Amino acid sequence: MHDSHGARLLLVDDNKVNRLLLARTLELAGHRVSAAENGRVALAMLRKDGYDLLLLDIEMPEMDGFQVLEQVRGDLALRDVPVIVTSSLEGLDNVVRCIELGAEDYLTKPVNPVLLKARIGASLEKKRLRDQQKELVRRFAAPEVAQDLQQSGFALGGKRVRASVLFADIRGFTPIAEAQPPEETIDLLNTYYTLMFDAVAGHGGIVSHIAGDGLMAIFGAPVPLANHADAAVRAALDMIEMMDLFNVERRGVDKPEIRIGVGVASGEMVAGYTGTNERATYTCIGDVVNLAARLEQHTKEARRAILMDAATRETLSPSLAPDPLGAVTLRGKTQPVDVFAL
Amino acid sequence: MADAIDRGTFDGLVETTGEDFVGELVDTFLTEAPAMLDDMRDALARGDADRFRRAAHSLKSNANTFGALTLGALAKALELGGIAHARDAGGARIDEASAEYARAASALKDLTRA
Repeated sequence: MHDSHGARLLLVDDNKVNRLLLARTLELAGHRVSAAENGRVALAMLRKDGYDLLLLDIEMPEMDGFQVLEQVRGDLALRDVPVIVTSSLEGLDNVVRCIELGAEDYLTKPVNPVLLKARIGASLEKKRLRDQQKELVRRFAAPEVAQDLQQSGFALGGKRVRASVLFADIRGFTPIAEAQPPEETIDLLNTYYTLMFDAVAGHGGIVSHIAGDGLMAIFGAPVPLANHADAAVRAALDMIEMMDLFNVERRGVDKPEIRIGVGVASGEMVAGYTGTNERATYTCIGDVVNLAARLEQHTKEARRAILMDAATRETLSPSLAPDPLGAVTLRGKTQPVDVFAL
Repeated sequence: MADAIDRGTFDGLVETTGEDFVGELVDTFLTEAPAMLDDMRDALARGDADRFRRAAHSLKSNANTFGALTLGALAKALELGGIAHARDAGGARIDEASAEYARAASALKDLTRA
């Protein structure tokens, strides 16, 4: 985080007098300034060092300002850098074109120093707010979802994807929670979730919901995953292994062991944002999701840690050989489904 | 004839960026501007419209920075009229800008030497 003073600015102008003058004006305003003499050099510098703001001339040889604007807006890593165009190009259509290409502002040369200072201050403040929002999204959403939001914007509704869904839950959580102070339960949950999130992220999945002691994870959306079923099952195995290690620790301090159940199902579902425009969440909807949740519930009766459906079983790599448990009529389902256990 | 340098613009520049700095900036301009005029002539001879427009554009931008408003206006006419406009006049418009540049350069030298 920075305030408007002491920001790192990159200034691009092919004309030496303009470059010297703008650099001087900006330095007097307390900024740190680097300069480039054409668009190509400027883009390389932007990609290499990160700047808080770009001051861009339009009329330049090699790569002009319009081309720089297009490249900056098309580059995920650069598109949030505010660009102020400083130009003496004639014609309103050029101003319009710059703004349409995403320039924050357009100042005519010779640039009035007071105006320049005010525009830079305003642009940096807007960037600071955007950075803050991005930080919030990062904290409350999976990185893949945050990136999807940044790339495609937010819109309620979904699209059909092929993916795997994983549900995990602590067995007998209520008696554990009742037998200890709530502070200890929070600590337990935080440790548990840290381990579960690691297992999911380690195999390319995202955690879409957490509620109480349960979590739902998606493999294959919003970013497609080559073998999502295999990834989900491997994440489930990691979860069990992590809980085993955690239980060694808990036994050492005379705490009850924590057991979890995991259900995995695969197939076509709808992935996207549900909720309202004010409050929404990224999730998947469909029979496959319900099936995964039912499989997870069934781990209690089956007395197995991991259960999966036939679609998941089909694409598993041969090193994972789950036991067939036969057709089971799961709670809430009318038709029996083939269930496999690890 | 109007003054080659508009004192209001020039003094404003000195006030906001400092006298020593403006001295250096004028030196830079006096080094670069003849090349812009040469560029225009060369681009006209070769029929390179883009290069012609860019050179006129740079000269206009720099002239206005120092308050060389007459030179700025001549360069702007060259930028907007482009190579066709300059060709019609057989290069006379560049000569006109050149002469005005000489006048502005000498005034700028006087101002920064003082």
